[in-house]
Amino acid sequence: MGATFERLEQRTFYLLVAAGGLLTLLGLGAAHWMEERGHVVTGMDNQVVWGLPHVFAIFMIVAASGVLNVASIGSVFGQSAYKTRAPLSGLLSLTLLAGGLLVLMLDLGRPERVIVAATHYNATSVFAWNVLLYSGMFAIVAIYLWTMFERRFNPYAKAAGVAVLVWRFMLTTGTGLIFGFLVARQAYQSAVLAPLFIVMSFGWGLAVFMIVQSSMLTWNGRRLDAAMRRRLARLLGVFVAAALYFVAVYHLTNLYFSRQGAFEAFILRDGGVFPLLFWLGYAVLGSLVPVGMLFQPRLSDRGVVAASALVLLGAFAWLFVFIIGGQSFPLEIFPGYLAHSSFGDGAIAHYVPSWPELLLGLGGIGAAFVLTMVGVRVLDVLPRDDVAATASTARR
Amino acid sequence: MKTDPAAPPAESKPRRRGFLGVAAAGMAGVALAPGIRLIEIAQAATTTTSAGANPAVRWGMLIDTTKCVEGCTDCVDACNTENGLAPATRPTDPQWIRKIEIKQIKTGRTASLPVMCQHCAEPPCVEVCPTGASFKRADGIVLVDRHSCIGCRYCMMACPYKARSFVHEPLADQKSDVPRGKGCVESCTLCVHRIDKGEKTTACAEACAKAGHGAIVFGDLNDPDSEISQRIRSANSVQLRADLHLEPGVRYQGL
Repeated sequence: MGATFERLEQRTFYLLVAAGGLLTLLGLGAAHWMEERGHVVTGMDNQVVWGLPHVFAIFMIVAASGVLNVASIGSVFGQSAYKTRAPLSGLLSLTLLAGGLLVLMLDLGRPERVIVAATHYNATSVFAWNVLLYSGMFAIVAIYLWTMFERRFNPYAKAAGVAVLVWRFMLTTGTGLIFGFLVARQAYQSAVLAPLFIVMSFGWGLAVFMIVQSSMLTWNGRRLDAAMRRRLARLLGVFVAAALYFVAVYHLTNLYFSRQGAFEAFILRDGGVFPLLFWLGYAVLGSLVPVGMLFQPRLSDRGVVAASALVLLGAFAWLFVFIIGGQSFPLEIFPGYLAHSSFGDGAIAHYVPSWPELLLGLGGIGAAFVLTMVGVRVLDVLPRDDVAATASTARR
Repeated sequence: MKTDPAAPPAESKPRRRGFLGVAAAGMAGVALAPGIRLIEIAQAATTTTSAGANPAVRWGMLIDTTKCVEGCTDCVDACNTENGLAPATRPTDPQWIRKIEIKQIKTGRTASLPVMCQHCAEPPCVEVCPTGASFKRADGIVLVDRHSCIGCRYCMMACPYKARSFVHEPLADQKSDVPRGKGCVESCTLCVHRIDKGEKTTACAEACAKAGHGAIVFGDLNDPDSEISQRIRSANSVQLRADLHLEPGVRYQGL
């Protein structure tokens, strides 16, 4: 115990945990406020039914799957430089998943009935599949971590790693299909959303991993080996570029179908904040700029962290456009007609996120942060590079 | 390896392990017991009495848009009164039935018509509901079980007709026949409380007839002699978003 935080003073550790705990408490307070007053205190309404909490929750759940990439490359594909990072990768997966599910659960209209979700199971519901996929993920990743920490079980780490790899593919597919199966909404109803979410998870997860790894090494007065840093940066660059490709395919296929033209014009050109967030937030700052940075051979440690932060900024921008923008566009109940009513038919919804929503979302991040801090303190998860081994594998 | 003189003797290790095992089991028991109790409560609370719905019947509505008058909201008002809904003024207010004014882009032809839950034979809301709170009765009426709705709003995402509303605020003055709940999703029940009492029509259809429009016909789609079946046979009517093959129980004439 304590090996991970050799150089991090007790006081700093407790300060950081207290800061994360305060954020979590604020989130819980916001959720309590929402439950007392009802969702009327949020920006959500009967048109935009999922708001900012879903942006945070889906980000964390998708990143929880992607952050396991590092572990998979180590355990499944036998790359020793990644093996040493597998425990941190597994821990981050558990904490991000916990944070995401916390937000998702507290945003329910009846959060106290979460037990009903666990005891009443509708087999045709993608949501219900996801309940199983999320709880299964906790169990499988916990077993995987156990096989890595307990020497006697080390030989089973590869098998557990393969199970984790398969499970997280299913999990992210499930998350993508929550939207992919929504035939009613023009923004969703696309099979490409499942692979798109998988590829996005790779980038978001690795970006989170890079930031956490860099912070932990800095606190211990150590630096990431340059060769390893280049490898991880390039990998992140490839993931972000691949996600951008899938997003392009998603929009280009939509543009091909003339019935989707109005929706695409809204999201990409006329929709005010949504095109701005899509082009500037996601495409430029969240994708092109970090990809350009990550392929620089002399990128510093700070540069990698900055690029990773930009990837996360892009993730939030894209999710906001996808989730909120997708719902803001009116349902087309009468194709070929203009429609208007007292219920917002035919009209663009104007969603403005409220403070309780933001605090709830940040509370989830806070919870994931606190759990990670405690995890790295009690478990030995600090990546230790055998410089020679890293260099030799990097040359390959 | 150095031995710490203060360390307990080796034989205490298994004892400590044993203690940790018992402690862990105890903690698990403490953690699980309330959960199991909650499961019992939840299951008791969600036991529904499904007797009553007749599988031989398929309730539905025919809306004649040629008779529906622009600006008339008698059906909406009657629904609000019947079900204890306050008149909607904000996007967060529930609306079980609403009047939509439409205008064909190419021809400029206009129409006014009410839209409510379409009581689909293949309802997407029922398919996506994680807890099974959204359900379809044997007589085709699609409802929400207020006891098992967790307020996830996935059904609202899935409904192609925007027929469902979320209760965003605490409620007061509820009708005893129509239980509602903050944090739950709700929609048109086809006045199930009336139908189950043997009444022959819904509040909206009744109000429309009373106003002299007669634009809403309620009845049994499975009964070939019912007015609705005869009208559907004799005049052309359409289902909204028929391309989705959801087989709604509500049909529109004159569109």
